[in-house]
Amino acid sequence: MTIETLNARRLLCPLPVIRTQDKVKQLKAGDRLEVICTDPGVMQDIPAWCRINGHKVIEATSGNHEYTILLEVGSS
Amino acid sequence: MSKQRKAIALISGGLDSMLAAKTIMEQGVHVEGINFFTGFCVEGHTHAIREKDKAKPKRNNSLWVAEQLGMKLHIVDVIEEYKNVLINPKHGYGAHMNPCLDCKIFMVNKAKQWIVENDFDFIITGEVIGQRPMSQRKATMPIVAKESGADDLLLRPLCAKNLPATLPEREGWVDREKLHDITGRSRKPQIAMAEQFGIDDYSQPAGGCCFLTDKSYSAKLVDLWKSQGHKEYQLDDVMLLKVGRHIRPQPNFKLIVAREEGEGRFLQGYKNEFISMISLSHRGPLVLIDGTPSAEDLYLAAQITARFGQGREAEQVDIDVTMLDGSERTLQVKPIREEDMPKAWYV
Repeated sequence: MTIETLNARRLLCPLPVIRTQDKVKQLKAGDRLEVICTDPGVMQDIPAWCRINGHKVIEATSGNHEYTILLEVGSS
Repeated sequence: MSKQRKAIALISGGLDSMLAAKTIMEQGVHVEGINFFTGFCVEGHTHAIREKDKAKPKRNNSLWVAEQLGMKLHIVDVIEEYKNVLINPKHGYGAHMNPCLDCKIFMVNKAKQWIVENDFDFIITGEVIGQRPMSQRKATMPIVAKESGADDLLLRPLCAKNLPATLPEREGWVDREKLHDITGRSRKPQIAMAEQFGIDDYSQPAGGCCFLTDKSYSAKLVDLWKSQGHKEYQLDDVMLLKVGRHIRPQPNFKLIVAREEGEGRFLQGYKNEFISMISLSHRGPLVLIDGTPSAEDLYLAAQITARFGQGREAEQVDIDVTMLDGSERTLQVKPIREEDMPKAWYV
């Protein structure tokens, strides 16, 4: 299992989702991706994108004006 | 056994594209959504940036629609390619800087490329004849189909019965009788259809989420183009048009003044790319200076910066100026009086 980090700071909706989508295409099922953002909208948009596309949000945290989402790539 | 047909639906996040996709899904066609990010769908950015709005961020409506319909959504970054659409629209602009017809042709063309690459059969849009004054008229429907290259692979389920049958209809991939014949600007048929489908929560954006239809935003874009002498732009340029007060005292420079803490934090990220100013002696906003100001211009900019801080009534305010090379100096200025700032300075 690979764990990668995506720096999506300063990007505004929907760019964090687009960058996440593009990064996930390069990963395999079971790999994990940590996305670090400054747009609070990602706390609903990235989980929604994961649900639609069959990926799983492992953890979503926020603090110090940053929002971090750890997701696991699904098999679909 | 007949082949499972697949369609891609252009999803804006509004009700019409949602209903169009749902209409075709109901006929057993596999539908996925596609949404194009041009750089100008910035509806939620104020909420993302401003401190007071952060607790209630706006949802991404296209993702929300896809989730409600249970379909995949592909969000495609077309920022670079879109520049040519905005700069050189063959069919011109709408009421503001919105090149709606060229934009629709561009997006349907991108969808056509997508279906070829992904082995899908046809394209769906939520267009309705007469719904929009520029891009959704009886006369423009064939123009979009032809100039996009989609031709009769482009199906508009909400008004299909008012248009010639497309390939999906002629081949029986969809039943034309179960499509619709909506025309005009009334929303009643769509609202009734939403009720039939059990859809009771949907976005009703006027003109979509595109800020090129916004008068104030378009004025800032025109000002940007005029000041730089050409229409080229970077994503950061158009992002910054949404943030802060824009004040142009002279053609060669403008100030971007943060209106509150969240905007200040956002502008902080651009501090190294602009001359910046902030008050040292009183609380005040971060200000970015865009352009090529002279020493005299910088003094005026410092006076304006002082005007927007708590020292606005003071005899003297100390303004820290950070130049592009990182060098800093302090200007001691008397804040400009409100009556000395013409309304025409506000972009």
